[in-house]
Amino acid sequence: MPTAEVVAVNQCSGNRRGLFQPHVAGVEWGYGAMGCARWKGVRLKDLLDKVGLKKEAIEIVFDGADSGVTDKTPDFIKSIPVCKAVEDTTLIAYQMNGEPLPHFNGFPARLIVPGWTGTYWMKHVTSIRAATKPESGFWMNAAYRIPLGKFPLVARFTSQDTAANTPITEMVVNSLITSPLDGTNVKVGARVTVGGIAWDAGYGINAVEVSTNGGKTWAAATLGQDLGRFAFRTFSYSFSPKARGKQTVMARASNKIGQGQTTELIQNPAGYHHNVVHGVALDVT
Amino acid sequence: MRAFLVLIAAVAIAFPATAEEKPVQLKPAPGLDKVEGNCSGCHSLDYILMNSPFPNAALWDAEIAKMIKAFGAPISQTDAKVIADYLKQHYGM
Repeated sequence: MPTAEVVAVNQCSGNRRGLFQPHVAGVEWGYGAMGCARWKGVRLKDLLDKVGLKKEAIEIVFDGADSGVTDKTPDFIKSIPVCKAVEDTTLIAYQMNGEPLPHFNGFPARLIVPGWTGTYWMKHVTSIRAATKPESGFWMNAAYRIPLGKFPLVARFTSQDTAANTPITEMVVNSLITSPLDGTNVKVGARVTVGGIAWDAGYGINAVEVSTNGGKTWAAATLGQDLGRFAFRTFSYSFSPKARGKQTVMARASNKIGQGQTTELIQNPAGYHHNVVHGVALDVT
Repeated sequence: MRAFLVLIAAVAIAFPATAEEKPVQLKPAPGLDKVEGNCSGCHSLDYILMNSPFPNAALWDAEIAKMIKAFGAPISQTDAKVIADYLKQHYGM
């Protein structure tokens, strides 16, 4: 079968949950529940073509080799809509960054769903099934859901909608300052380079702006190498602090369909989609 | 030194799933044995520490009910009560 590659961000739906106020129970992630890698495998579409996907199919359902601790623990089974399954970039991958998938990254084969949160990226895939009805089960019906209408999302998973909520799908636009670290001491007049990464659901990062005065004014950062629309996009911005004291540096990204980051947290019961503008405080002496 | 090495080996055997992490030590108090015995069979006790002290009594009750009803944890009603009391007293608000 023909092979395909994509550089794509895999981010936990609940990345930054630990920053929610008020507190949302769950794994209290900071900023780091994500990664970006080059994935190689075969297109799911080619596999489905090979077996002959019927028109009645609405979802493709995946199971992996893991199981619950007890018999009563619901097995982790996830589906995606056929429209996402047949995208050119949706892969069954067997390599990560040119090497066989490491065990904890899903060896020997895993699903790659670029633009969508990690919950769909089934590891250790053992079964792929076409379904004519919405897949039910704890991990579809109860978990990984967001309120309807709260987030500016384009890609939807409508066969799983209820009156109250909808499955989480694509990632929201986001960025992170990776240097300098919060609390770094810098000298007046010294050159400071702000570096970081920006990403979205695959519409492509349009611009990253940096503020060196706590969000009062913003200036365009320089974007780094474009590794594809689903990849981390690096950015950098240099300046020299002019006065002593605390100076807050912030970054905000926007994408090619005009989406940006939020300045006010969008509350939701499971603590998903945190993309509040990130800032670091510098200690200028 | 020998006693120290034996202790390390004992710790490694007691916490095989978290061999590279520090064992989590919750507050020694009545009920801790039930928390360790029931909860750590499925997940790290880190989850208690990382969510503390925000959960109120109702949330701890809901979390325990979720473990039993949604995830099928085989926790007896008696133990569930002891666990709830322990968590509310030491890791709640």
